[in-house]
Amino acid sequence: MKQKIAALAFSLALISQNATAFAAEAPTNILNVSYDVSRELFTQFNQLFAQEWDAKNKTKFEIRQSHGGSSSQARAVLEGLQADVVTFNQVTDVQVLHDKGNLIPANWQTRLPNDSSPFFSFPTFVVRKGNPKNIKDWDDLVKAGVQVVFPNPKTSGNGRYTYLGATAYALKKFGGDKAKARDFAKALFSNVPVFDTGGRAATTTFVNRGIGDVLVTFESEAYGIRHEAGEDKVDVVTPSVSFLAEFPVTVVDKVVDARNSRVAATAYLQALYSPSGQELIAKNFYRPRDAAVTQKYAAQFPAVTLVSAKDFGGWDAISKEHFADGAIVDQIYVNK
Amino acid sequence: MRLRINPITETPAVKFTLLGIGLLYIALFLVLPVVAVFNEALRKGFGAYFVAISDPIALSAIKLTFITAAIAVPANLIFGVAASWAVAKFDFRGKSFLITLIDLPFSVSPVVSGLVYVLLFGAQGLVGPWLQAHDIQIVFAVPGIVLATIFVTFPFVARELIPLMQEQGTEEEEAARSLGADGWQTFFRVTLPNIKWGLLYGVLLCNARAMGEFGAVSVVSGKIRGLTNTMPLHVEILYNEYNMVAAFAVASLLASLALVTLVAKGLLEWRYGHELGVART
Repeated sequence: MKQKIAALAFSLALISQNATAFAAEAPTNILNVSYDVSRELFTQFNQLFAQEWDAKNKTKFEIRQSHGGSSSQARAVLEGLQADVVTFNQVTDVQVLHDKGNLIPANWQTRLPNDSSPFFSFPTFVVRKGNPKNIKDWDDLVKAGVQVVFPNPKTSGNGRYTYLGATAYALKKFGGDKAKARDFAKALFSNVPVFDTGGRAATTTFVNRGIGDVLVTFESEAYGIRHEAGEDKVDVVTPSVSFLAEFPVTVVDKVVDARNSRVAATAYLQALYSPSGQELIAKNFYRPRDAAVTQKYAAQFPAVTLVSAKDFGGWDAISKEHFADGAIVDQIYVNK
Repeated sequence: MRLRINPITETPAVKFTLLGIGLLYIALFLVLPVVAVFNEALRKGFGAYFVAISDPIALSAIKLTFITAAIAVPANLIFGVAASWAVAKFDFRGKSFLITLIDLPFSVSPVVSGLVYVLLFGAQGLVGPWLQAHDIQIVFAVPGIVLATIFVTFPFVARELIPLMQEQGTEEEEAARSLGADGWQTFFRVTLPNIKWGLLYGVLLCNARAMGEFGAVSVVSGKIRGLTNTMPLHVEILYNEYNMVAAFAVASLLASLALVTLVAKGLLEWRYGHELGVART
């Protein structure tokens, strides 16, 4: 019996060695831990990067992928998931890697261009085909008789961005009057028939259950939804103002230093900024940073004025003012 | 076991109504979902089905599921036999406490079972820093998945054997010992033949759960495609990606495994019901 247990322990140890067979030599693979709906983009991008990398370095390079909810993925990296790079959809999820685990330096966001966000998106509108309620901007969403669908800002990042987009529009319209912006958001909330917990559920409510006149979601998702629901079922309408959604990326220093994979991991993230990487990003309906690529896909991406978290005083201030317990969202949500 | 005279004197109407409700219930809640799984999996024909299950990432998920079961089931088999042997044939202090402990994984939510291992072996956990310093990866790698699976499938064999062995008592073993058999001989010649069908039954249930476990494994997996995804996790991912045919194709494989288990279990009960029955009378 003892021998059997010993053999079992040994084989377990062997497997674990295998799974982490990271020698001092630069490894031929890296792990990209990402958020849940990015699979298609990164499957294509990984192929592109591996081809270029192999041609240059005469290797057989492999990029492994892990997808899940951005916050739970950050948690897993903190607990030891060996991510060489993370590509998330919320700045706070990357920041936590510094704050709670010291896995990356405080200045991580300055290491790559555009605050380490190689692409971006923002909340936009999906309406029924032909836009029967003639919805053009946030103004139209607070009108009587218009039903708006987006997930609960208390539980969903998607919902938070929607709230911030509406607030940004209202502040601009009312010359920075915060009380009026608050009333505007309240009016918007009162037009929501059901608050789903997440973006996918809200999509189901709008597309499959046929509830609502307009669905508010990220532009990157909107075109996917249009593709899924059928081009003859829904249209995408871009508002005049919206809130910038960044997709922050970083090398996880503690992991790449231990694995000696910094060179490849850095090259991988830099390739996201390359013309070919940016083009792939645009093809997947995320907005690119590269001016030439933006020009090329101008027809696909109507002009929009974007307000960023910095304009609102940074994510900490936003969280305190709008989303903390008892803050604005709670007040207008309860008083509905 | 069939009784010639029905001791219950209900009218046929009542009998058929009850039977009808039972069958309807089974059809609605068991048969229909299984049929739906296969129907969805084959919606785009056999070609798409085979493409889905022969995808390298799907194959690696299938492989990992089998590896996990191949380690977890024997481990729990050895533990289960040892524990029920101890509980049924000997008297010692804290026996009921041991039985309660064995049942623990049944009463704890699988997610919690997974989190326990993250708390223990995670980078911010109890022994995590030491493991990291020695470059040993437990959670977010195969060992974590195996450990979590062992934990949730821990009671199956023991729970099956304890009542059976308690029922059988110690007389036969005592007779063997008094005739000069040593411990191992007693076990292999006397005890094991007595419990073999119960044991097989427990192993089948244990295996079914080991292959199907989702909650605990999802917490410790790290969800690395082609590396730490088991079949149930792979199904979820495919489903979230709107890849319905592939999701249900892999799900149908899991369902087939469950059906095979069910048929094997049914055969066992039919053939060796009298021996198995001891455990349940």
